[in-house]
Amino acid sequence: MIGITLNGEPRRVAAGSIAALVEALGLPLAKVAVERNLEIVPRSTLGDVLLAEGDQLEIVHFVGGG
Amino acid sequence: MNADRWTVAGRTFTSRLIVGTGKYKDFAENAAAVAASGAEIVTVAVRRVNVSDPSAPMLTDFIDPAKITYLPNTAGCFTADDAIRTLRLAREAGGWDLVKLEVLGEARTLYPDMRETLRATEILAKEGFLPMVYCVDDPIAAKQLEEAGAVAIMPLGAPIGSGLGIQNRVTIRLIVEGAKVPVLVDAGVGTASDAAVAMELGCDGVLMNTAIAEAKDPVRMARAMKLAVEAGRDAYLAGRMGTRKYADPSSPLAGLI
Repeated sequence: MIGITLNGEPRRVAAGSIAALVEALGLPLAKVAVERNLEIVPRSTLGDVLLAEGDQLEIVHFVGGG
Repeated sequence: MNADRWTVAGRTFTSRLIVGTGKYKDFAENAAAVAASGAEIVTVAVRRVNVSDPSAPMLTDFIDPAKITYLPNTAGCFTADDAIRTLRLAREAGGWDLVKLEVLGEARTLYPDMRETLRATEILAKEGFLPMVYCVDDPIAAKQLEEAGAVAIMPLGAPIGSGLGIQNRVTIRLIVEGAKVPVLVDAGVGTASDAAVAMELGCDGVLMNTAIAEAKDPVRMARAMKLAVEAGRDAYLAGRMGTRKYADPSSPLAGLI
């Protein structure tokens, strides 16, 4: 397990790829976007990018808005 | 008359009404209002997913992005950097480069910060985005945005969520006359007549959220807005009569008994 910040909250997660984390969280990979340490992680590489201790992760999606 | 379409950044649409997806009671009502409005584009916001409740319903389950164009916005962003960061995420989430930029100056009025808006427009255009830009109703600012790469100019009619209607018809008309890209009134519409006024001024479209979402019957108001936008557009194309200072009878004076 490693410590990261996920959507502003500290969290212990299994080491592995971002795609594995998104799936473990039960989120549909096709409907979210991920930013790691202020850089966009292209969806095509989510399965390749490995999480590192201290990573700042933002996982976002579309919600209602004007 | 059915051939009246408009084009923004190479994409052509029939409906001139863009509706927001905020403030609705639930997703089902929101989807029903979008259907009644006839809108082909909806604005959406980008927010953190709820990682503690991944099974919560999502907007995309109710309004299909394959059928309705999602226009990601930057509502809530007060700096160019925040807005750009948000839209980079939006592009990754949806794969769309047509976006709505708004950079706000203060919470009380939600007036745009035009210095930051202009800076963000330039950067977004360089990064390949197609920004439709919320702005003040200032014809000079509108020109500057267009030069910076805005694909549509979206001046406020009145403050966001105020429902006060179009406060300055002169500035909206001047923007329409000067623009080479589509002009859409964004913000301030309260009821159907406001939408008709925007269209009668020659705008290419109208964007609204609260006027529909906060109506007592949002679905019926959505339909009213659809009809108002169509009526206003037709009135603009038809060319209104001139005004006179005094009366002019409609019945012939000749043959009066």
